[in-house]
Amino acid sequence: MSDALLSLEGVETHIGRYHILHGVDFAVPKGELTMLLGRNGAGKTTTLRTIMGLWRASAGRVRFEGADIAALPTPAIAASGIAYVPENMGIFTDLTVAENMTLAARGAKRLADIDTARLEWIFGLFPALRKFWGSRAGVLSGGQKQMLAVARAIVEPRKLLLIDEPTKGLAPAIIGHMMDAFRELKRSGATILLVEQNFNFARALGDGVAVMDDGRIVHRGRMRELAEDEALQTRLLGLSLAAHQ
Amino acid sequence: MLRTLLSEDLPKSRVLAFLLAAIVLALFLTPFLVPGAKAMGVAAKILVFVVLVASYDLLLGYTGIVSFAHTMFFGIGAYGVAIAFTRLGPSWGALAAGLAGAVLLSALLAFVIGLFSLRVRAIFYAMITLAVASAFQTLASQLSDLTGGEDGLNFKVPEVLSPAFELHPDPVLGASLDGKLLTYYLVFAAAMLLFLAMLRIINSPFGRVLVAIRENDFRAEALGYRVVVYRTWSNVLAAVFATLAGSLLALWLRYNGPDTSLSFEIMLDILLMVVIGGMGTLYGALVGAALFVVAQSYLQDLLRLAHGALEGVPVVSALASPDRWLFWLGLLFVLSVYYFPAGIVGRLGNKR
Repeated sequence: MSDALLSLEGVETHIGRYHILHGVDFAVPKGELTMLLGRNGAGKTTTLRTIMGLWRASAGRVRFEGADIAALPTPAIAASGIAYVPENMGIFTDLTVAENMTLAARGAKRLADIDTARLEWIFGLFPALRKFWGSRAGVLSGGQKQMLAVARAIVEPRKLLLIDEPTKGLAPAIIGHMMDAFRELKRSGATILLVEQNFNFARALGDGVAVMDDGRIVHRGRMRELAEDEALQTRLLGLSLAAHQ
Repeated sequence: MLRTLLSEDLPKSRVLAFLLAAIVLALFLTPFLVPGAKAMGVAAKILVFVVLVASYDLLLGYTGIVSFAHTMFFGIGAYGVAIAFTRLGPSWGALAAGLAGAVLLSALLAFVIGLFSLRVRAIFYAMITLAVASAFQTLASQLSDLTGGEDGLNFKVPEVLSPAFELHPDPVLGASLDGKLLTYYLVFAAAMLLFLAMLRIINSPFGRVLVAIRENDFRAEALGYRVVVYRTWSNVLAAVFATLAGSLLALWLRYNGPDTSLSFEIMLDILLMVVIGGMGTLYGALVGAALFVVAQSYLQDLLRLAHGALEGVPVVSALASPDRWLFWLGLLFVLSVYYFPAGIVGRLGNKR
């Protein structure tokens, strides 16, 4: 796959005594939104953390723009152009929204250095952030925190976004809002690897899809094909769209 | 002007602003408001501890590092000045040499300790600093040719700063205008300057990264910040400020020994002052140090008064005996931690 921005080849990850990933293989093509689906405990989050270097792969390769990044320290991986939005959002609650954003913009030392046009674009995606710009991030609601977490990942153009369950615990109206934001992100040409449990969300946004089970990739393909094949969904995810709705 | 001086980090409430202004003003006017050597000594001690406690808060409150080696750096500063004055005589050159030597040694030690041990878990780092600080304390008392051992070093300071130097023969408002007064204002100016410098540091982009690391170091790494590097720098900065505080103490006392600057009791005092003032707020250092040192210095006098007034009342007068001052000090801390778990300044809304 020559157009893959990121590819995992036979990645194995151990956490302590536990063998979590058993040879994970899949690729994230440039300019696409790839969904990583699977049941709880299938290894999705571990896969993202392994890409980020927060867990070390004990075998296999993680290729980003052709280079193997599996042995690089986390800050170097971030500096190479990958942004990560963890499941628990990981925003800094004692800092203000503005300070959270400035921290993520490594090109900017001060607030004033952030590209204003880009900031306006982000405010367009998440208007709440403009309103709470000077407030401590700790006072934001769950949905707003999630918006801040995503906004922080895109404050500067990044080559690849890794996003872990952006809809977890959010109200349906906010999920709809989040979906609009991701559509706009896709239009801007971003390459995204998205872990998701919400199948509707995944179906609406995904270009490609990889399904994990028990630390392995059990299916790779186009999202559209999976969305149309209920039997396949039931086999892979243990649920059908109808049952989920 | 004031905004720039305070790095845009103004006190968040009126009460706090008033409290801080009152403390600074009182410290500025102490030699004239409360004549006498004791009051000026207490005020100078507060000034030194403001710097020391603020530098520890840089580590504990802002970066989330627990270190027990802070008095070691404090001691290095005090010994640096003491040894330089003893060996080179009472000149400004000796002061500069002592300061430079002490700051360099502290920075180097903090850098090495940090780089080698800040990767490990917080509790192990605390243990390592404890071990290094104990070793240093033993070293200081053993190298008696250099440090004066347990007796410490008495030394002369440049003439302008010595009590024998007279600026004006007549006292003004009850305070004699001598070298001691000049030293006091030198300590005052230096302490304020160092405090403002730390305020600048924690409000810089660097300071924001420290808070981010304290909250979630994995997340800070994933944003591309090298956590070990930032922690090490924070360690070095805190050490340098503690060293400068130690130098001020030695300059003020014209004496230094292991009990004045190296003992673990001081380490505990620093911890208490940080907690009372509020962790993660530099203004807390000002409030914590002022309250603690005043209580430590005047509680006994206060009890003596109470004891005299309560003469004859059976149990109460025994409780108010001046010998029980440590009991009352302890009670004060328990109450203050119970009612102000985030510290006094934290309660007044300035925590970061």
